[in-house]
Amino acid sequence: MERFGIKTPVRYGINAFLLVAFILAGYLITQGGALGRAQNIMITQVGVFIILAVSLNLPAGYLGQLPLGHAGFMAVGAYAGAIFWRSGLLAGYGSVVVGLLIAGVVAAIFGVIIGVPALRLRGDYLAIITLGFGEIIRVIIMNLPSITGGAQGLQQIPRHSSFLVVYICVIVCCLVIHMLMKSRHGRAILSIRENEIATESCGINTTYYKVMSFAVSAFFAGIAGALFAGNQGILEPNNFSFMMSIDILMIVVLGGLGSMMGSIIGAIVLTSLPMLMQELMQGINQYRLIVYALLLIVVMIFKPSGLMGTYDFSMSHVLEKAGGLVLRGKKKGGDA
Amino acid sequence: MSSHHDPRTALLPERDIHKIPVMECRALGIDFGGLTAVDDFNITVAPTEIAGLIGPNGAGKTTIFNLLTKVYKPSRGAMFLNGKNTKHMTTIKANKAGIARTFQNIRLFKEMTVMQNVLVGLHNEMNYNLVDAIFRAPKYWRAERIAKERAHELLSIFNMQDDGERKAGSLPYGSQRRLEIVRALATNPCILLLDEPAAGMNPSETSDLMENIKEIRDIFKIAILLIEHDMNLVMGICEGIAVINYGRVIAKGTPEDIQNDPVVIEAYLGKERENAEGHRH
Repeated sequence: MERFGIKTPVRYGINAFLLVAFILAGYLITQGGALGRAQNIMITQVGVFIILAVSLNLPAGYLGQLPLGHAGFMAVGAYAGAIFWRSGLLAGYGSVVVGLLIAGVVAAIFGVIIGVPALRLRGDYLAIITLGFGEIIRVIIMNLPSITGGAQGLQQIPRHSSFLVVYICVIVCCLVIHMLMKSRHGRAILSIRENEIATESCGINTTYYKVMSFAVSAFFAGIAGALFAGNQGILEPNNFSFMMSIDILMIVVLGGLGSMMGSIIGAIVLTSLPMLMQELMQGINQYRLIVYALLLIVVMIFKPSGLMGTYDFSMSHVLEKAGGLVLRGKKKGGDA
Repeated sequence: MSSHHDPRTALLPERDIHKIPVMECRALGIDFGGLTAVDDFNITVAPTEIAGLIGPNGAGKTTIFNLLTKVYKPSRGAMFLNGKNTKHMTTIKANKAGIARTFQNIRLFKEMTVMQNVLVGLHNEMNYNLVDAIFRAPKYWRAERIAKERAHELLSIFNMQDDGERKAGSLPYGSQRRLEIVRALATNPCILLLDEPAAGMNPSETSDLMENIKEIRDIFKIAILLIEHDMNLVMGICEGIAVINYGRVIAKGTPEDIQNDPVVIEAYLGKERENAEGHRH
C-alpha cells in the first residue's frame, strides 16, 4: 500500500487548527449558557483531572516508578495559587497566569526536594516514601492556620478556572509532556523504565532524568491544584488526602500506564461518571468507591495493561490512514 | 554525505590514535565481604586490539567487566582509560570517557523500537536541551535527523536497517545480541566490552559475528575486549588472550601460547590431559 505522507508543518497546522476549534467550541458552549452551573463545574473538574492524570503518567507510566504523593504536589500548588489570587496583587488574566506559574513552580520545587531522596529508592519503597511526603504536606498545611487557614481552609478564592483557562492549561500540559517524550530526554526516561543499568552504561545520568520527570510532573500537578482551587472557590486540607492520590493513580492505571490518551480518557470517564450518576440517582455517590473497585477489577482481569495499553492516539496517523484509503480508492477507480 | 565512498567509513570517529594503551589495569582487585572475587588483575589493551578474556564458569570474568565499567568500585588497584585514571568515575562518566559494553543476559529496552534503542545510545551525541525539545527548535530537528541517519548507518553494519520500527523485544535472540552491540557502538567508545557475544548463536551465526567484530574494529578503529566460551571465536579473532581462574590471571599470550599452556588445559579440563579445543563449560 502506498504511504500517504503528510509533511511535518502541515501536520502541526492540522493539529493546531483542531485544538483551536475545540477550545472555541467549548468556550462558546460553556459561555452561551447551554449548560447548567453544575455541568460547567463538572467540565472544568474533568479538565483538572486530565492534567493530574497526564502529569502523573510521566513518573508512573513513562519512568516506571510508583509515586503516591501526587495529591501533595497538587495541594502545594493549590494553596500557593489561591493565596496569590486572594492577595489581589494583579488583576485580570495577568493575575491568572502569574498565579498558575507560581503554583507550578512552587510545586516543582517541592518535587525536586522530595524527588532527590525518594528516587534513591524504587518500587514499593518509593511508593511508601512519597505517600508519607504527601501526608506530611497535608499535615503542615493543616497546622499553619495563619497562612493556609488551617483545618477550616481557605475561602473566597477568586473563581478563575473558566473553561478557557483550564483547557488551555490542559493543552499546554499535554503538549509539553508529548514534546518531552518524543525527544532524547523522553527516550532516556523510557529507557530507565526498561532497564536502568543499561541506561547508565549508555552514559545517561539516570538520577537527573528521574528528578526531572518528578519535577515536571509536580509542576503540572501544582497548576492543576490551583485550577482546582479556582474551580471550587474553597480549599480544605482534607481535599488532598491520600485518597486523592489513589484516585489519580487509578485514572492512570485504568487508562493504561504509559499512554497519554489513556490518561485523558480515564480522567474523563472516572471524573464525569460519579457526577452523572449523582444526577441520575440521588445518593448513589456513597457507592462510588465500590463502583471504582469493581471497574478496576474488571479492567485488570480483561485488560491488565489498562484501557489503551501503551497505545497513543495520533491525529496524523489517522489522517495518513484515511489519506491512504482515499488514494487506493482513486487508483482502483483509475484502473477500472 | 558524499556517495563516492563507503558510507560506513563516515562513521569513523575523529579520534587521535595514540600509542598509549587504550586501557590499562594495574593490580585491580575486589572483595565481596571475605571473598576475593578478583585479585591482582593486570591487563593492557592496545588501540585497535581485539583481546579475549576466557576462563571457567565463576572465574570472575563478568566481575572484571563490572569493575571496568565502574558498576563495582575496586577494592585495590587502578584502571586507566587512555592514560586517565578512572578512580573517581561513575558508570556514566566511564562511558563518556570511552568505554561501552554489552551484557551477558541481554539488557535491551525491550518495549522500545530498534531505532529508539540505538538513539538512546546516541543520547550524548545530541546537544539540544529541554526547552529546544518542547518548542521544537531548529536545533532539535537537526540533531534528531543527524542521529537517525547515524543510527541507520550503525544498524546497517549488521544489516538491521530495515528492522528500525520493530520492537527490540520481538527480535530473534541473535539479533538482540547484535542490537546491543550497535547500541554500545552508538555511544562512540574507544574500547568495546562484549560479554559473551556469541552465546545462543549457531555456528554460522557465530562465524558471521566473527567477521562483524573484525569489521567493527577496522571501521571504528577501536579496541575490543570480549568474554567468550566459544573457543573457535576466541582463537579465531583474538590477538591477545588472558585466562582467568579463581579471580586471578593464570596465563596471558597469543592464541597459540594459550592453546599449548599446560596450566590453562589443567584449569579447563583437570589434571588428565585432553585436547582443550572445542570444549565448552
